Amino acid sequence: MSDDLGLWSVLLAVIGGAIRVSTPFLFVSLGETITERSGRINLGLEGILVFGAMSAYGTAVLTNSPWAGVAVAALSGAAFGLLHGFVCRLPRVNDVAVGIALMLFGSGLAFFLGKPFIQPSAPPLPAIPLGFWSSLPQVRAALQVNVLFLAGAFLSLVLWWAFRNTKAGLIVRVVGDSADAARAMGYDVDRVRLYATATGGALAGIGGAYLSLSYPGSWNEGVSSGQGLMAVALVIFARWNPLACFGAALLFGGAGALGPALQSVGVSQGYYLYYAAPYVLTLALLIATSSPDRALAGAPGELSLSK
Amino acid sequence: MTARSFSRRHLLAGAGALSLAALPSGRARAAGALTVGFIYVGPKDDYGYNQAHAQAAKALKGMPGLEVIEEERVPETNAVEKTMESMINLDGATLLFPTSFGYYSPYLLTQAKKNPKIQFRHCGGLWTEKDPKNAGSYFGYIAQGQYLNGIVAAHASKSKKIGFVGAKPIPQVLNNINAFLLGAQSVEPSITCQVIFTGEWSLAVKEAEATNALIDGGADVITCHVDSPKVVVETASRRGAFVCGYHVDQSPLAPQKYLTGAEWNWLPIYEDFIAAMQAGKGPQNFVRGGLADGYVKMSPYGPGVSEVARKNADAVKAEMMKGGYAIIKGPLKDNTGKEILAAGTAYPEKAAELESTRYLVAGVKGSV
Repeated sequence: MSDDLGLWSVLLAVIGGAIRVSTPFLFVSLGETITERSGRINLGLEGILVFGAMSAYGTAVLTNSPWAGVAVAALSGAAFGLLHGFVCRLPRVNDVAVGIALMLFGSGLAFFLGKPFIQPSAPPLPAIPLGFWSSLPQVRAALQVNVLFLAGAFLSLVLWWAFRNTKAGLIVRVVGDSADAARAMGYDVDRVRLYATATGGALAGIGGAYLSLSYPGSWNEGVSSGQGLMAVALVIFARWNPLACFGAALLFGGAGALGPALQSVGVSQGYYLYYAAPYVLTLALLIATSSPDRALAGAPGELSLSK
Repeated sequence: MTARSFSRRHLLAGAGALSLAALPSGRARAAGALTVGFIYVGPKDDYGYNQAHAQAAKALKGMPGLEVIEEERVPETNAVEKTMESMINLDGATLLFPTSFGYYSPYLLTQAKKNPKIQFRHCGGLWTEKDPKNAGSYFGYIAQGQYLNGIVAAHASKSKKIGFVGAKPIPQVLNNINAFLLGAQSVEPSITCQVIFTGEWSLAVKEAEATNALIDGGADVITCHVDSPKVVVETASRRGAFVCGYHVDQSPLAPQKYLTGAEWNWLPIYEDFIAAMQAGKGPQNFVRGGLADGYVKMSPYGPGVSEVARKNADAVKAEMMKGGYAIIKGPLKDNTGKEILAAGTAYPEKAAELESTRYLVAGVKGSV
């Protein structure tokens, strides 16, 4: 068997990249879907992602347990979410502005507290070798699937089902579509949004744990490079649908792997353009699906961005 | 009403007088000791480029009559001009080391023209006689280290393919790629080197993807030129490939897979500059040197390095220690088939041509 796969290796790299890179996108976008479905935008998820990465790595270094790291990342993410939710329930507070403040605060705090953890190595999260059937090392490497990726895929399915079929899902949707209707039904709108933002924050924290404990698997200050922000945009692109979030996250992950993979088979001209592929893709799809006559399909009615 | 405005005016006048009184004493305090400012583009404990500089800065801190100030994570935009201005005006720094490549033009040059009494020495830029006399640049020929990396890599490689993760295609990076391959080809002429550029000095996810793509393409020894090689070293060793380090010793990250590495040693350069300043002279404008000058050193060999490889690399290193070693020598073609150097010509280590490299040598897969 030849080790040289030629152009097939690009396809394989894109699939592998989709699996490796998509998980943070997936968790952040699922978290943001819950938050936005309740009628609030949390732009601070980038900050929570970075803080989650730092706190997970730091905990894993100190306790030698990556799962403790994931738990701490989720808790700290929830705390940031609660903070956002709490500030936004005060009168005349703009959730977008609070989100940007939270983004800077979370990143800054993570950089400050994360200084001692740049050097040490932490135990990584386990991966499941789903490529065991293949004799090709490339295939085996591409199909090293992390448990958090599978958890994220499962979660998107559960959320998709829950938004439609459970009482909790229905309450979140009512609050997000019409606060007045929710109040008339006797629900505490602010409290629902507070919980939704906290849940969103917890998921973003888990996304951060994946960054530092699985792939690329180390803590430094550039570890997220804006993935949290892209994931927020991805929610709009996925039309607030958890299943579509999963697909969109895979697409973004795969598109990110395209640049290095093409260079490795000799397509080395214009790699900056390939690196821009995910963004070009987003722009093209948003333009193609936009309309001057109606609001974005699927957008929660209470969202300040569609009001 | 009048009383209140009076008191406000009093307050302002008082504050003004206070700050006037504080100003000269602040200057006087700074005049006694020499204040040196270091500016880094990333965190100073990044297992990489910034750490190499910060290690030297830390060693300087004990020197008498010297105050070292540092600022990290300064982007290569006019933010660095603001940092330089605040170091000059608020901290009284008279010698500045903005260490990142993109700081030089136009930011450092602008500030050098604005502050003729302050000395600016930049790491990696190409200072020429046309530039301000209070500016200058220093750099080490670390390509020699990458050449030795290449020799060790060729002995360790089974697939005869080696890989390089590069940040941006600038001369220093291209020199390193060329040297890595030429070192390997000095052992095994058929060896090739795949290069992947990430486009930025520090992009963790892209570096990990690039490393994976190189290994998927068959490369079994990886090295890099990015600001923080931690991700590349860890990803490669997890995939079972050997790694050669860069900037500082990364062997603790991959004790089994780390072969050797090309490291900086900036301390002697900084000590010379500071000694010149303290003697009341302007420091040198243009400083270059390699292994022989002690500006570059090698990591200790890892367990994956065979006895033959060790001897081979040590022999070449002994040649380099004599000074004037030429890595780029004719006949040499680039990877598009164009001739770079004819037989019998060479660019020895101090050749100015090396600072404007715009080619990848034959055998490198990739393009500038």
